[in-house]
Amino acid sequence: MTTRISRLPRGGRNWLVLAVLALLVGCSGGEDGGGSSGLTRVEQGNLDGVLHFGNGVEPEGLDPHIVTGVAENKIVSALFEGLVAKHPETLEPEPGVAESWEIAEDGKLYTFHLRQDARWTNGDAVTAEDFVWSWKRILTPELGAQYNYNLFSVVNAERYANGEINDFDLVGVKALDDYTLQVQLNSPTPYFLQLLDHYSTFPVHRPTIEEFGSISDRLSPWARVGNIVGNGAFTLTEWQINSHVRVEKNPNYWNADNIRLNAIVYYPTENLVTEDRMYRDGQLHHTQEIVLDKIPVYQQEIPEQVKITPWLGTYFYMFNTTRPPFDDVRVRKALAMTVDRDLLVETVMQGIVEPAYALVPPDTLGYFPPKTFDYDPERARELLAEAGYPDGEGFPAFDVLYNTQESHRRLAVALQQMWASELNIPAQLVNQEWKVYLENQDNMNYDVSRRGWIGDYVDPNTFLDMYVTDGGNNKTGFSSERYDEIILREAPATLDREARYELYREAETLLMESMAILPIYTYSTKHLTHPSVKGKPSNIMDHVNFNHIWLDPTVTTE
Amino acid sequence: MWRFIGFRTLQAIPVIFVVITVTFFLVRAAPGGPFDDEKAVSPQVQAALEAQYRLDLPMHEQYFAYLADLLRGDMGPSFNYPGRSVDELIFQGLPITAELGFYALLVAVGIGVLSGVIASLRPNTVQDYVPMSLAMIGICMPSFLLGPLMVLVFGIWLDWLPVSGWDQSSGDKVLPSITLGAMYAAYIARLSRSGMLEVMSQDYLRTARAKGLPERVVVIKHALRAGLLPVISYLGPAFAGLLSGSFVVETIFQIPGLGRFYVQAAFNRDYTMILGTTTFLATLIVVFNLLSDFLAAWLNPRLRYQFQKGK
Repeated sequence: MTTRISRLPRGGRNWLVLAVLALLVGCSGGEDGGGSSGLTRVEQGNLDGVLHFGNGVEPEGLDPHIVTGVAENKIVSALFEGLVAKHPETLEPEPGVAESWEIAEDGKLYTFHLRQDARWTNGDAVTAEDFVWSWKRILTPELGAQYNYNLFSVVNAERYANGEINDFDLVGVKALDDYTLQVQLNSPTPYFLQLLDHYSTFPVHRPTIEEFGSISDRLSPWARVGNIVGNGAFTLTEWQINSHVRVEKNPNYWNADNIRLNAIVYYPTENLVTEDRMYRDGQLHHTQEIVLDKIPVYQQEIPEQVKITPWLGTYFYMFNTTRPPFDDVRVRKALAMTVDRDLLVETVMQGIVEPAYALVPPDTLGYFPPKTFDYDPERARELLAEAGYPDGEGFPAFDVLYNTQESHRRLAVALQQMWASELNIPAQLVNQEWKVYLENQDNMNYDVSRRGWIGDYVDPNTFLDMYVTDGGNNKTGFSSERYDEIILREAPATLDREARYELYREAETLLMESMAILPIYTYSTKHLTHPSVKGKPSNIMDHVNFNHIWLDPTVTTE
Repeated sequence: MWRFIGFRTLQAIPVIFVVITVTFFLVRAAPGGPFDDEKAVSPQVQAALEAQYRLDLPMHEQYFAYLADLLRGDMGPSFNYPGRSVDELIFQGLPITAELGFYALLVAVGIGVLSGVIASLRPNTVQDYVPMSLAMIGICMPSFLLGPLMVLVFGIWLDWLPVSGWDQSSGDKVLPSITLGAMYAAYIARLSRSGMLEVMSQDYLRTARAKGLPERVVVIKHALRAGLLPVISYLGPAFAGLLSGSFVVETIFQIPGLGRFYVQAAFNRDYTMILGTTTFLATLIVVFNLLSDFLAAWLNPRLRYQFQKGK
């Protein structure tokens, strides 16, 4: 049987059981109790090679060009395959549909050689023309694909997507023959290969899409059970909304001999507590999250099943730099310097995250951010006095905005307390429902606001390009000519990695010197994973490559 | 009777129309839109998305287009689940929620009537206080407490029943049905107790006892029919309430029913889904209220008579 954790004394338990039993007896529903007979779902899955995967939320869809979420990514990447895949441990590119590739010396011309045995689930060959048409589809303006910008490093892709040109032949992607694809970039984009493992660049099956609608049709049912044609290691067999999605091994997949899972069942587990119970009851191999308060208990009782790993994401507050008093950099710095991150991490966050002093998480593919300040309440008080608020005198009451969620509230309360006791300034906590919170951020209708950012690929650029002047994700009013120059022109044109990182460090120093944002901690991912799951190493992208996973039926949690 | 039915039915139509209209404009007035996300959407993409869902039209055109579609039985495409229509999603979740609601109602009526009647037989004794105190606890105990508590005991400690799911393993319907039914059971217990108490003091029951009928026959054959009238008129709204109020239970037990769409749609600003579920549930509630009115009128001739006299 699976691990059980019982914490109530025996006497109390018996009493409770009796009380609820009285309720049960009254029910003449007619169903008999099961659950104790036979194996748990996980144990049965281990024998059959079926992985039961807690997937967070119900997928909005499975069309690689339309979906945007993490849960969708986990399913879509089992159903489709891009030119390049990622090794689950190193995250280095490994061959996908492309067997090999060459990059020209100037870093701007990529030539991919596609494997000739790659097949769609209906038996058609996967060709270079499939990629050209698929990229045309995601760049078609009327489709409204939110992630089309992932291809904007390709020559003329952005202009086509914005409707400035209508001739797709001008876009820098060509099929030289059935199995050779050539891509021309605007500038050497060192993370371009990584983007080819993102679902927005995956190929889709043209005849299937055209059978159910046009190239720009978001609402067609092509990506449904019975209709969908993919090219991944698995194929979609069941999809019951809010219950589960089941995919089964695709015998037509070019590498099918090396795929060891027979099926994956994804469960939408948006309620963390329910997910936790499902795991404890042996219904799931893997959870999407762990309830924060339970981490200490699990770390003590089942440490080998608790997987906590740094994540490529930063939790921070941002300032509205267009509004007094936060238009004064000294005020922003004072607030940032009074946050005792070590204390926060240790208490509120149960010690499972790392304190952050900059935007980009440390060791993002060898990049380490600058540390421009430290916890220093003494200096903070001086800065506040210089700004005209000695001992917090005359400092206006200000709002700290966060989206309604218990963990955000706890952190905000702690910060409120730190600012009150160290600087004597009054912060008011304001929580808003998600969409309202987003709208207020967009309209710069806030003083200080909670924010988080998860990288799309492993490169400092995925964080730093947020803060170009008037960027859609900026929302702070931060603007620096030098910063824009580096992010938009110099760094993309620099081929050498160290030289490029040096530029990024300069840009990030500019950002942190202005303290438009107040970094708090680097996220971490938290999963419970059954010990029978093999070939699933943790990594900073929380990237799962199902092609490498297998289940060992001899391992139990006894 | 027919006049009564016809009149009440006609009254119901404007109610539903008002619900649709108010909801339509309220959801659009709510801050934030269906395409807002943590990552900013470019203006070009935003415009393309709005065009796909007719949001680029003036508000009144959107409204009339929606009404026209609705009359044809088309509730539009879901914003949140591209490629699926609202009709499809609702009718996928409805049978599950209805089944859950039906079992919950069985639980509610079974426990509720039984304990209510037992309590009413000896008012103000232990036999009355115990079931009624339990009922009070039942009303006060929210399902998000009762559900996890029962899962802990029966699912995890005793390992008798599955902790979640629906139609996936045997017995997984028991805990959700009890959790959802418990609150209504408590309410029904109080209704049937007070109904019975009122009836028990009536002259015709004294006559029945005077004739020498055994107490069992007096209660079951003569008192129950009149004493349970309030319960019957409550059943319609209760079932509608079970259908629309199952969100918490569905979330706790991972049940793919209608309630989860209802709440998620509001969070996602899925305009068509909010309208679809609201319209659907409003219609359902109105219809069930009508049915229980008709049932009550049929059981209690005074109601019909009053109506005819009033006209």
